[in-house]
Amino acid sequence: MSDQNPSSSISPGRLAEMSKRLFVKLGILPFLLVIAIIVFASMSENFLTGRNLMNVLRQSVYLMIVSMGQMLALLTGGFDLSVGTILALTSVVGALVMASVYAAMPDAIWLAIALGCIAGVAAGTLIGVCNGIGVAFFGVSPFMMSLGMTSVGFGVALFLTGGTPVYGMPQAFGDIFGFGTLFGIHSPIYVAAIIAVLLFVFLYRTRFGRYIYAVGGNLKAAQLSGINTRSTLLWTYVLCAALAAVAGMLLTARLDTGEANIGASMPLQSIAACVIAGVSLRGGVGRMENVVLGALFIGLVQNGMNLARIESYLQTVVLGGLLILAVIADQIRLRYVASLKD
Amino acid sequence: MTDKARVSPAQRLEGDAHSSNAHPLLQTVNLTKDYPGVRALDNMNFELRHGEVHVLFGENGAGKSTLISMLAGANTPTSGKILYNGQEVHLASVHEARELGISAVFQEFSLIPQMTIAENMFLGAEPTRGGLLQPGQQRAKAEAILQDLDFHLAPGRRVDHLTRAEQQMVEIAKAFRTEPSVLILDEPTASLTNHETEQLFRLVNRLKERGVGIIYITHRMAEIREIGDRITILRDGKYIDTVDAKTTSDDDLVTLMTGRVVGQIFPKVKFNPGEIILQVDDLHTPGAGGVNGASVTVRRGEIVGFAGLVGSGKSKFAQACFGSLAIESGKIRFKGEAVVKPKTRDMLRRGFMYLPSDRRSDGLMMMRPARENISTASLDVPPFSNGIFLNRRAEKKITSDLADQLNLSPRKIEREAGQFSGGNQQKLMLARSLTRTFDLIVFDEPTVGVDVGTRAAIYAFIAELCEQGVAIVLISSDLPEILHLTNRAYVFYRGKIQAELADDEITENNLLSHFFEREAA
Repeated sequence: MSDQNPSSSISPGRLAEMSKRLFVKLGILPFLLVIAIIVFASMSENFLTGRNLMNVLRQSVYLMIVSMGQMLALLTGGFDLSVGTILALTSVVGALVMASVYAAMPDAIWLAIALGCIAGVAAGTLIGVCNGIGVAFFGVSPFMMSLGMTSVGFGVALFLTGGTPVYGMPQAFGDIFGFGTLFGIHSPIYVAAIIAVLLFVFLYRTRFGRYIYAVGGNLKAAQLSGINTRSTLLWTYVLCAALAAVAGMLLTARLDTGEANIGASMPLQSIAACVIAGVSLRGGVGRMENVVLGALFIGLVQNGMNLARIESYLQTVVLGGLLILAVIADQIRLRYVASLKD
Repeated sequence: MTDKARVSPAQRLEGDAHSSNAHPLLQTVNLTKDYPGVRALDNMNFELRHGEVHVLFGENGAGKSTLISMLAGANTPTSGKILYNGQEVHLASVHEARELGISAVFQEFSLIPQMTIAENMFLGAEPTRGGLLQPGQQRAKAEAILQDLDFHLAPGRRVDHLTRAEQQMVEIAKAFRTEPSVLILDEPTASLTNHETEQLFRLVNRLKERGVGIIYITHRMAEIREIGDRITILRDGKYIDTVDAKTTSDDDLVTLMTGRVVGQIFPKVKFNPGEIILQVDDLHTPGAGGVNGASVTVRRGEIVGFAGLVGSGKSKFAQACFGSLAIESGKIRFKGEAVVKPKTRDMLRRGFMYLPSDRRSDGLMMMRPARENISTASLDVPPFSNGIFLNRRAEKKITSDLADQLNLSPRKIEREAGQFSGGNQQKLMLARSLTRTFDLIVFDEPTVGVDVGTRAAIYAFIAELCEQGVAIVLISSDLPEILHLTNRAYVFYRGKIQAELADDEITENNLLSHFFEREAA
């Protein structure tokens, strides 16, 4: 398009044909991104500033990490509804351990931070282990398994805290992992970047990553190809939970308290980010780079709506609508694929 | 309402008989179907007479399915006309076509597994009284139709408990809920045994006598001879010719279909039996309908056929040896080593490959690229990986070489498996068996739903592997494959080996005589 003058040589028909092909190839995300940027830029002049975009990135980091985990579950043809609970449980357990170690040994700040992080991530990952065992070995549907674990995890988190926030973590934890910057970039962004690189290598450069796609693509075929489908499923849910747990610790650092009621919006938003990014709910299809963009898009929309002073209750309406729109777009895309195939 | 539907086409038929058959029963005039970028059917002129079996013949993708989908109302033409008894009709839905008397039995089953046979047969047209379902009446009607067709099925059975062949019978019975005057059968025998096929043919003959016109799609030459009256050949969406089924030779048909002269479909295999690769003694698998004490020996450099009815245990036997099905008891020796509990991954490492019969459900990841489908069973060994990290360059190189070798069309290894035609999907599976060195390869129904051109290529492929010293097991319900390709054959019956035949003993009569239970005498 760049070498042609669009106004003179491209007829509307060809433009429609081109955008159809682009849609089939890339999914709905590029279209949504362009629309969102145009709409919000016209609504608020602060939207397209470097400072604001950096803000969006910083705010989307948590969702980004959770979405990458969610993508793994979706790739195998399942999903994980318990990511929100994992965030909460991680936050509560991590904060409790960190605070009590810090109270016992006020000098050992780093030990407290390390132990707290390990305990928190371990607690969150444990939920993933349960999910994985249920799905892989007992054939429980991912929906029921993760829904059940949502209740279990949330209950445990509330029980541990009595419903009140956990205080008393060392100041350094929040300063470094919540608000710390290096070269002007916030620390959670570095964590997300490292995770993204590692996950990229894992998914596209190791055979285990390929196995996740194979299991979601055709379970029976994967079995007959000598792939241990059970352990693949188990590890998928463990990894998904571990990523959500890391996001939970980062969010705890940002909030400076352990909270049992964070992450409630995560299941919906992470699935939305994946689906908008073209991850198939039937499994086997989806690219990680797009999921990162998908999470960023949701952050962008939220930010734009804040700048445009749209009420937060209405924002949830928009997000739900976007999710459904993305699923509908995916269906239409499949139809186009089928018609282009013949 | 159903009663009316059952009667009216018959009346229409009678009426036709009186008014003479001036018009063909069904006719298409310049029927064309365009998909974006492709013309799937190009100015098709086809006619079906009363009481004839008209075979549609052509390679996969020739336009047969497109044609019948429009005749059955599942698809609407881009241009052209469909005439039914000389009158132009617009078929907007399968339901509408069926009301007119055009019923189709498609290859892909439209049955709901959790429902009973009767419920499936009357889906969408349930007999009701005062808005309430009449299960008793429905059952009786289903029973009557099944009996009329001579299918021995209880209408109360659930469809997911049926074998594939029985499901096929239900699918056919469904078309008879309304008395059809045009019946479209799309490869109806692909999953039927010989006995069931004969039953179907008797039925087809009875329908012919009643004046029903039958459009029949098949890849099997023998069937064309047996029941076909006329054959219309399609190629690349175009009408090629209509010929008489009884007088046209196989070679002529293949030439018409492919547009080139194809020699023998079956290659001459040079067998060179060597060391024993697989030896199985008295294998049992748990549960009813499993393997029940079968013993088999397979040597290097031979093609061993497993024949038998669908459900005779021939597939399960191979799956049990491969480790994808549990074993109750029995001894398995592979390359001289005893294997206690076979595990799929371990058997692959030892050099045993099993290629399943159902590409769609067991074989391919339809949404993944061809490349990944080919390499999937060998990702744990060099050169595909060093155990952990993939070598993507080697993967790309090897898979595209294999695509060249097997003539994959189109030769795009990044294309999704689901977008290839049936024959080319099968090639993806075959390519899998070349991604590492195997000593034993089991082909389970390798040519189901594959056109003659690709079929010949698959046979040549199997023959070449055998001549290179690989032990081959060929599981097939297609008797000619067993007759022409194997040097030894086991006939399975109810999980047991009924007979072992070698070389000249492998004849149609010998095989068939063992397909069913032996008389006590």
